[in-house]
Amino acid sequence: MSGVRVLVGTRKGAFTLTSDGKRGDWTVDGPHFGGWEIYHINGSPADPNRLYVSQSGGWFGQVIQRSDDGGKTWTTVGNDFAYEGEVGDHLWYDGTPRPWEFKRIWHLEPSHDDPDTVYAGGEDAALYVSTDGGQSWKELTGLRQHKTGPSWQPGAGGLCLHTVILDPVNKGRIFVAISAAGAFRSDDAGASWLPINRGLRSGEIPDDDAETGHCVHRIAQHPARPDTLFMQKHWDVMRTDNAGESWREVSGDLPSDFGFPIAVHAHEPETIYVVPIKSDSEHFPPEGKLRVYRSRTGGDQWEPLTSGLPQSDCYVNVYRDAMAVDTLDPCGIYFGTTGGQVYHSADDGDTWQPIVRDLPAVLSVEVQVLP
Amino acid sequence: MIRVVLPAHLKNLAHVSGEVKLEVHDPITQRAVLDTLEARYPMLCGTIRDRQSGKRRAFIRFYACEEDLSNESPDTPLPARVLAGEEPFIILGAMAGG
Repeated sequence: MSGVRVLVGTRKGAFTLTSDGKRGDWTVDGPHFGGWEIYHINGSPADPNRLYVSQSGGWFGQVIQRSDDGGKTWTTVGNDFAYEGEVGDHLWYDGTPRPWEFKRIWHLEPSHDDPDTVYAGGEDAALYVSTDGGQSWKELTGLRQHKTGPSWQPGAGGLCLHTVILDPVNKGRIFVAISAAGAFRSDDAGASWLPINRGLRSGEIPDDDAETGHCVHRIAQHPARPDTLFMQKHWDVMRTDNAGESWREVSGDLPSDFGFPIAVHAHEPETIYVVPIKSDSEHFPPEGKLRVYRSRTGGDQWEPLTSGLPQSDCYVNVYRDAMAVDTLDPCGIYFGTTGGQVYHSADDGDTWQPIVRDLPAVLSVEVQVLP
Repeated sequence: MIRVVLPAHLKNLAHVSGEVKLEVHDPITQRAVLDTLEARYPMLCGTIRDRQSGKRRAFIRFYACEEDLSNESPDTPLPARVLAGEEPFIILGAMAGG
């Protein structure tokens, strides 16, 4: 029977949670890199033993780790994330120009086909690629040097490139999202980029139709419908069916359309999951009830999933990279909280159980199905 | 032989325990010691000095002989007792936070 490995990044280290395909009994391993912030740990679809870790901290900066044996051993690889060419400026919070300054890697996205090729999304926003297993990194400059780049401003969490989707069907197509610049698409493997924010409405910026400036929190795609994307924006849940040419709101009857993560069921392209959060000034669930909401209609109609989740006095948050789905049947759903719990459902979200309850604040969750 | 003390996180990263002993060519300055350290342990590149600017990271401090050398020029020779191997060059993470 196949197995499952959940990769968890936290404020104070990385953890791996493993189980067989029944997903009933779990083994917790870690912390790896104890004391460091692990913004993301992700595995290669082409080789599940190949893992990449973004390890960072205020004292010692950015480190990238790689494992070739599923997390048993680790090797420190390259961390030279340079802005190529003239660095230039973006806008600071107060509206003044500020030179791009590298702070950390938020997200690592390995190639579908090649374990040695991996993309990295950085703060201040830039997209890097390595084709040698993380030893060296090259900036894909067309994104940061887009004509709108000098007008990008950071969100509260920084000017971070936090979402990277490598289109599994249209080779060379890449989607990224940046807080608070918006979503962008490349159709030429990252050489040039197009803002794809038409239809987003953001009350936080004066021009509702602005080409950029939208605080996109997360984008998700089902591989069978590559032109359909689902977005959790700062406020609003959105979808596009034309690869971002236009978006429409599908928040429907959610109790709050603010939130961070969004995920698509592995086998049902119209089944999506979000975790509503009360507001941007109160980063906790409405009414103190931790509820995942599921739509089986691609949005608009939503149902709360509560079985096994705390329904009183719960004031945790779920960060943008902290929800993932496995490809087993039934589909498994996983998410981690700022309270250190990692919950999972082995039945499409109908019921939930904690795998662990007391980790450091969870920053990211990914899941691998093992042969 | 120059003795270097690393903070715990960087010892883990470099897979060393205790002091690191380095053969450093003259003139033995802060820069020369760090260059030699990074050449021997490349996984430390970027963790002590910024990758791009080459400057000391904000929350890293350099001590030796009961003195804070953090703001000294990186090209100033280190104290004689460090050069003689009688005292270590100490790299540490600043106390920061609550």
